[in-house]
Amino acid sequence: MIYDFFYNLTGSALFSGLFVAIMPLLTFILPFALFAVLLERKVAGHIQDRLGPMRVGYHGLLQTVADIIKLIQKEDIIARENDKLLFNIAPVLTFVGSYAAFAVIPFSSIFLGANLDLAIFYIIAVTGLVVVGILMAGWASNNKYSLLGAMRSAAQIVSYEIPTIIVILSIVMITGSMSLMTFSENQTQYFWNWYIFGGPEFNLKKFLLIPFMFVGLIVIYISTLAEVNRTPFDIPEAESELVSGYHTEYSGMKFAIFFLAEYANMFAVSALIATMFFGGYHSPFGYLGNLLNIPWMIPVEQFFWFISKGIFFVFVQMWLRWTLPRLRVDQLMTVSWKYLIPISFVNLLIVGIISLI
Amino acid sequence: MSVRTEEMVLNMGPQHPSTHGVLRLELTLEGEIITKVVPHIGYLHRCFEKHCEVMTYPQIIPYTDRMDYLAAMCNELGFVIGVEKLLAIQVPERVEYIRVIMAELQRIASHLVAIGTYGADIGAFTPFLYCFRDREKILNLFEITCGARLLYNYIWIGGLSHDLHPDFIRLTKEFIREFKPNLRELNNLLTYNKIFIDRTANIGILPLETAINYGVTGPMLRASGLRWDLRKDDSYSIYNKFDFEIPIGEGKMGTIGDSWDRYFVRVREMEESIKIIEQAIEQIPDGDVTAGIPKRIKPVVGHIYSRVENPRGELGYFIISDGSATPFRVKVRAPSFVNLQVLDVLCRGHMVADVIAILGSVDIVLGEVDR
Repeated sequence: MIYDFFYNLTGSALFSGLFVAIMPLLTFILPFALFAVLLERKVAGHIQDRLGPMRVGYHGLLQTVADIIKLIQKEDIIARENDKLLFNIAPVLTFVGSYAAFAVIPFSSIFLGANLDLAIFYIIAVTGLVVVGILMAGWASNNKYSLLGAMRSAAQIVSYEIPTIIVILSIVMITGSMSLMTFSENQTQYFWNWYIFGGPEFNLKKFLLIPFMFVGLIVIYISTLAEVNRTPFDIPEAESELVSGYHTEYSGMKFAIFFLAEYANMFAVSALIATMFFGGYHSPFGYLGNLLNIPWMIPVEQFFWFISKGIFFVFVQMWLRWTLPRLRVDQLMTVSWKYLIPISFVNLLIVGIISLI
Repeated sequence: MSVRTEEMVLNMGPQHPSTHGVLRLELTLEGEIITKVVPHIGYLHRCFEKHCEVMTYPQIIPYTDRMDYLAAMCNELGFVIGVEKLLAIQVPERVEYIRVIMAELQRIASHLVAIGTYGADIGAFTPFLYCFRDREKILNLFEITCGARLLYNYIWIGGLSHDLHPDFIRLTKEFIREFKPNLRELNNLLTYNKIFIDRTANIGILPLETAINYGVTGPMLRASGLRWDLRKDDSYSIYNKFDFEIPIGEGKMGTIGDSWDRYFVRVREMEESIKIIEQAIEQIPDGDVTAGIPKRIKPVVGHIYSRVENPRGELGYFIISDGSATPFRVKVRAPSFVNLQVLDVLCRGHMVADVIAILGSVDIVLGEVDR
């Protein structure tokens, strides 16, 4: 979308490509990470009966900025025993994995990096890079705790991708498309058109689908929690067991990049859920722009709704993190292989049968 | 074809966040399964017992504070009771009541730390801060009483350093009123949490026989199913005047003597401690708390073993007096030290993550292990 716009404007494929590549980082991921880290600390603080950061700026608003400045100043420590090449590549690779997913996420009807027909396929593929980065970091650190953390992480992410993909498949079956843009456009107008409420068609199928959509939502939410390593599945970075897992040996900006990737990932999966089940960028009840007849306001509103939905799911992730304990690594595998995968398979089957009606 | 496998030795601590201080564990792993655990201790050794030989009896009291620094009041109580028995002096009624109130408040504070850090070990960070919020209120109570928040030097031989603050009774009642719902909240948040139960039930089972053979005491022994509490069975100070129960492990969520039982015994002990405090502040008599302090403390030649029920188990002082102002020898039976021995038995066959869960449920204080 944006690519087409700039291509028509400048006629240069290189310039428009570069612009599309850089734009989500500058306009969204960096500001979001700054905001999300602060939100996390504030949410944690208030859940835990304290205030969270309060010193830097009004109610600690500039805390994360101060943290970033601190991290930039820090010494970049590389131990003698580290595998230097892999050690340097790993954070970048992890970040690329979560960053590349943003290329196809439709923030609004015009704010979309590339309108791929296989967008959902693409997301599943590129987020696989995160595992490689994590394994690389664990191996290159030459630290037993890091290695254990990385191995657990790889096992965890690979296992939990299966239920995620199966639930995504059920949506793909209903829509008959793999494009996130089509997903969003199908759920236009009012909130009862969202796929969580059975989709836009108003017939028997819609009502039959509703319970199975809820099951799908729960399954995919749990498995995306595991994919982004959040409590109760934060085993790879279990602070009390593995100190902090695969990024124990990292300092300064390299650590910050891991951190950034984590928060970018959190939003990416939340955005995916919002797009698939909660109408994507569409408003739940019409647009002010339509009412006032101001067409340029609609994309702005869409952007607002999309961010709000995304941040709501990020907030739920934080809420869970500060409430629940952590599972053990074998229990984690049990949840995926014994519960989520069979449930999602049955769900897929039933959704398939219903969509034949 | 046979694959050559090798055991991995993983060093945990002394700078590990979950070893509760400077404990070093040498774990031998086969994959993620523990085959052997060897605790290495001594990083916090401060020669307590040797110091005692050159200190006068009142001078030793601040040193006892620094052993189990989470239960300083109880440490003082054990030592002071021993010396009072050597001196054969009777302390006023009011002093006994205040000692019991302080020891029980300290028990709650200590268990709050144990439970909170246990939650944090399992990965639930919020209960940890809830516990510390409540512990803070107890520390405030201690602060208005004697000025110190952690190491009090409050219980003296024959009396106390200060009388209660005029507001103490009111504030304690207020604390109890606030604490009861907080305890219910803690139970809902952590105790009956499905994930927490999955992590702790049937993990690190300590059979009663093993517990007795290793000399395990305190909540750990009670969690294994033996109703043994020195407050009832030895009845030191004035504990026989109060009506309270001794909770034991029932294997509610798994097997008797598992980590969840050890955790839950501590939760229920806090409820019982509240009962004791409630009764004590109702009955507390008037009197002078400093009048009975002897001017000259020189016990006759002899020895005594005095023991009290610390939050972590039986704390014993073996004091040998040679008739001078300093003891000839003070030997401490530290409950954490004895309880730590059983760690190897508990951990075998479990996973690395379980070591954390088990160590947290043993609840050691390294200041006391190393002394």
